[in-house]
Amino acid sequence: MEIFALSALEREALMLSLRVALWCVAISLPFGILTAWVLARCDFPGKAFLDGLVHLPLVLPPVVVGYALLVLFGQQGFVGRWLATSFGLEIAFTWKGAVIASAVMAFPLMVRAIRLSIEAVDTGLEAAARTLGAGPFGIVFSVTLPLAWPGILTGMVLAFARSLGEFGATITFVSNIPGETRTLPLALYGLTQVPGSEGAATRLVIISTLLAFVALIASEIMARRIRKRLAA
Amino acid sequence: MLEAHIIKTLPGGFRLDGRLSTGKGRVTALFGPSGAGKSTLASCIAGLIRPDEGRIELDGETLFGNGIDVAPHHRRIGYVFQEPRLFPHLSVTANLLYGLKRTPEAQRRVAFDQVVRMLDIERLLARRPLSLSGGEKSRVAFGRAVLSSPRLLIFDEPLASLDGARKAEMLPFIERLRDELAIPMIYVSHAVEEILRLADDVAVMASGRITQTGPAVEILNSADFVHAGDGDAGSVIEATLSRPDAGDGLSELRSGAGVLYVPRLPLAEGAVVRLRIRARDIALSRTRPTGISVLNILPARVVAISDGPAASADVVLDAGSTLRARITRRSIRELGLTPGTDVFALIKSVAIDRGTGG
Repeated sequence: MEIFALSALEREALMLSLRVALWCVAISLPFGILTAWVLARCDFPGKAFLDGLVHLPLVLPPVVVGYALLVLFGQQGFVGRWLATSFGLEIAFTWKGAVIASAVMAFPLMVRAIRLSIEAVDTGLEAAARTLGAGPFGIVFSVTLPLAWPGILTGMVLAFARSLGEFGATITFVSNIPGETRTLPLALYGLTQVPGSEGAATRLVIISTLLAFVALIASEIMARRIRKRLAA
Repeated sequence: MLEAHIIKTLPGGFRLDGRLSTGKGRVTALFGPSGAGKSTLASCIAGLIRPDEGRIELDGETLFGNGIDVAPHHRRIGYVFQEPRLFPHLSVTANLLYGLKRTPEAQRRVAFDQVVRMLDIERLLARRPLSLSGGEKSRVAFGRAVLSSPRLLIFDEPLASLDGARKAEMLPFIERLRDELAIPMIYVSHAVEEILRLADDVAVMASGRITQTGPAVEILNSADFVHAGDGDAGSVIEATLSRPDAGDGLSELRSGAGVLYVPRLPLAEGAVVRLRIRARDIALSRTRPTGISVLNILPARVVAISDGPAASADVVLDAGSTLRARITRRSIRELGLTPGTDVFALIKSVAIDRGTGG
């Protein structure tokens, strides 16, 4: 059963990928919900601009996003310098930078899924909640988000999966550092550059595929359970 | 007591300019055809739509106007919508408690158990809204609105989503809420039967304006109202139950128009009831007919004749109190009816409102 045991490199890349993907979902979720709610329920000048901005990472080459992040969050970038001096946070060339890179790349997918599910919530229910004494925040937390929950879950899974697959922005922003920023796709890329590593590369391909598949199936099961609860 | 003057132009160009005040009566009906602006007016009062101009005062407190615009969740105006709008992710109990939880304890005036009993929804409490029937959903929606202890409760065509039989089943529940809880109500509807049973006062609305307001019996009998409620014209009279058991399962009523027999009423002698006789349920005869199955035949005199829809004409009759008959124009000609003609009104059926007037 030698074949099922993970090598040190595999385990390291897998655990790093999971850590980056979970943090990516965790930090982008509040912003994702807020942005989705604003786009779904508010009307204001500049809404089309915000919509475009959110979707930009979807159409830009990832290397452009990575380079922009490097300029902003690098040691000379103004956000990077501020984080370093105020909080002692190093972003560039660390796993935290990998989290930010994948969060930016996954953001449009997350916002889109959540926005669609918020738009599907009947505004009549929100009006009913208002007449029953619920304020704007109360309505969001007691009516809108619980009913949009299947879409929020979908958005989280999409962001998680997107983060697992993130390559271009990550390698540009935080490079390919073993144990720090070498996630599964970066490790795979590294192996493809070394002659004679086809076997090891294939194993990484299988691990990545299994991981993505498990995430999708788990989300489908959860979504089905939620839908059943809403319908029961 | 509500005092409202609302001016609002909707995106389609429809202009609403309505003044509505609720008197001392418990239920004020807002009546008018579809598209008259009733729901828009009601939504403005509740704060769900913002008027362009105007003033809304409830119990002396300004809710809108003079730069004030109280948010809907601070108005304490309950609203029952055309659809039940129950929260699908919450149980019936959680739906009922939604407004109650958000009402400060000092302002709570309605007890949960009392409402559950009045609406007969005890066995539904653990269930989810999606598994309820239409009538059950409506009752839960009534309860949810009432339990927020509103200062004013708006029913916006609450029975619109139900079929005829279910509608009739819901009316007693609304009557019970009206009679057992001291909450002033605005009841929006275009159904005369509902207004007849529920309303103390009526405001008639047409094309964005309130055209008439007053006590229900007065308005229900006025000429304007007859035209506003076109397909369902009729007259309303008050009667006293003179003999609850008049034999053959009938009760005898005395009214200004004379003696009427109706199916047995479960009320005590002397009870006052409100009757509605639809114009199309009255036939006219020049001579007192004999050998006919119609029980209620009243002598009357023609007061006025006007053209009704299609081939019909409306005949206003004085039978001691005012009655309206809708017959064909051909019959008018063949019977030679003119104002002043003596006729007999054959009343084919009588709708009775048991609840009010006592």
